[in-house]
Amino acid sequence: MSQLSVENLDVYYGAVHALKGVSVHAEAGEIVTLIGANGAGKTTLLRTISGLVPAKSGRVMFEGRDITRVPAHEIVALGLSQSPEGRMVFANLSVEDNLEMGAYIRKDKAGIREDRDAMYQLFPRLLERRKQLSGTLSGGEQQMLAIARALMSRPRVVLLDEPSLGIAPLLVRDIFKNIVEINRRGVTVLLVEQNAHMALSIARRGYVLETGKVVLEDEAAKLAANDEVRKAYLGG
Amino acid sequence: MSTFLQQLVNGVTWGSVYALIALGYTMVYGILRLINFAHGDIYMLGAFIGLYASRWFNAAKDPSPVKALLVLLTSMLLSALIGMIIERLAYKPVRKSPRLSALITAIGVSLLLENGGALVFGEDQKFFPQLIPQKTIALMAGVSISNQQLIVLVVSIVLMFGLRMFVLHTRTGKAMQAVSHSHMAASLMGISVDRIITFTFMIGSSLAAAAGVLVALQSPKIEPYMGIMPGLKAFVAAVLGGIGNIPGAVVGGLVMGIAEVMVTGYLSPTYRDAIAFVLLIVILLVRPAGIFGKAVTEKV
Ligand SMILES: Nc1ncnc2c1ncn2[C@@H]1O[C@H](COP(=O)(O)OP(=O)(O)O)[C@@H](O)[C@H]1O
Ligand SMILES: [Mg+2]
Repeated sequence: MSQLSVENLDVYYGAVHALKGVSVHAEAGEIVTLIGANGAGKTTLLRTISGLVPAKSGRVMFEGRDITRVPAHEIVALGLSQSPEGRMVFANLSVEDNLEMGAYIRKDKAGIREDRDAMYQLFPRLLERRKQLSGTLSGGEQQMLAIARALMSRPRVVLLDEPSLGIAPLLVRDIFKNIVEINRRGVTVLLVEQNAHMALSIARRGYVLETGKVVLEDEAAKLAANDEVRKAYLGG
Repeated sequence: MSTFLQQLVNGVTWGSVYALIALGYTMVYGILRLINFAHGDIYMLGAFIGLYASRWFNAAKDPSPVKALLVLLTSMLLSALIGMIIERLAYKPVRKSPRLSALITAIGVSLLLENGGALVFGEDQKFFPQLIPQKTIALMAGVSISNQQLIVLVVSIVLMFGLRMFVLHTRTGKAMQAVSHSHMAASLMGISVDRIITFTFMIGSSLAAAAGVLVALQSPKIEPYMGIMPGLKAFVAAVLGGIGNIPGAVVGGLVMGIAEVMVTGYLSPTYRDAIAFVLLIVILLVRPAGIFGKAVTEKV
């Protein structure tokens, strides 16, 4: 049984059929990536998994439990969190308070402090800016904060929506290195990316999404070698 | 000079009442982008609940500061519950509807509270008991403050300071800030946005109720429509400070109170109610985001 599996998911925004019978799964310990052009439905899929967007039909199973109709704020407590597209850090709160909000569902003060320090080790820039309002951080720093914040709930599965979006290439490299590290520490990662090159280089398996449908599914290395994928997503 | 200082004392006291009411407008707006037009009526309910509470505690015949405090707390608590009920029954069902629906609902709730109040309490004025007999304390030659004014000031400051500490330093307070920034991001943290919204209504309502009791302590005639004008002016105060901004509501309230008292004293009492709208027009022309507001386009 997969740790996370999406089965035959259909999602609509009014008349827009955004996901058409999508099935994907992630095994414990994997990095799985979901690539696809703008508007393919990647964000919709992650939002539906997290309970932010309702599914019309199909279901989302997490660790053997049907979470399709579980409200978003309860899903976090089950061990599945997300760093959303566009980062969505709480601009009006400090870096430290953002991390505290990431641990909102937890009560173990000592453990929270420990994890916060671990995040500061992973992302030293956040430590330097811990008292700063997060709205004043650079895009890359905000992205680090969004990822760190998502990890503060101690998830077993984390969804990352385009962590490279609008970020300087040097920082992207840093962030991807840390995604690998996070995965090495035992967190399953479902990574959505337009930067297919980077994503396929760290993932074990991948899916290609086109206009709401999964059109390809394979080991990451094979996808990276696939002619169609190379043409459409890897620039030749 | 002493006249001016005396006016200032009166203005600050009166302004702190506006500030308490304005806080509820601004907090609810911050979290829901909703102008809760029924908020002024909670101020009225607060005064009436205070009146009934004084009867329960037999505080009219046998007044004491402890009883006055009990009356204040009872009113705040019950008004918080009323705020919760209003949010759950009236606002929550229209939360996902177009903004106009929520606005119309708010106006409807306001009319309901006013006319319901008239039905239950009667349309005529009621007298709020003298819980604290008035004494005058001289501050300097020609400047004095009454003990009731002092109580208004002290209670307002304690409540506002408490609110600030709560919002800035507690887990729930930070969650309120998170929700006011983004419902979606907040729910991704495991924050129950519904609960935070309800809680915000409760806090706002209890502050308005406190204002109602504090005002009734000094000017004891209360009636079911008494919340309309102060509610409107406190709303202007919130806009003045930058709606959604908590310190802004306090400053806006003080500016409003001082302006009103000064206009009454130096121009004419006729213009007393007009100054609020003059301020509103000026701020909308000069600095639409308010004194503390950031000039950002509104989130949708
Ligand atoms: N809130 C929304 N309302 C209506 N349509 C939406 C909404 N969000 C996304 N869509 C549409 O759904 C489709 C998938 O969008 P999205 O999931 O954001 O794709 P991606 O993340 O792959 O770029 C697009 O056609 C987009 O226009
Ligand atoms: Mg997207």
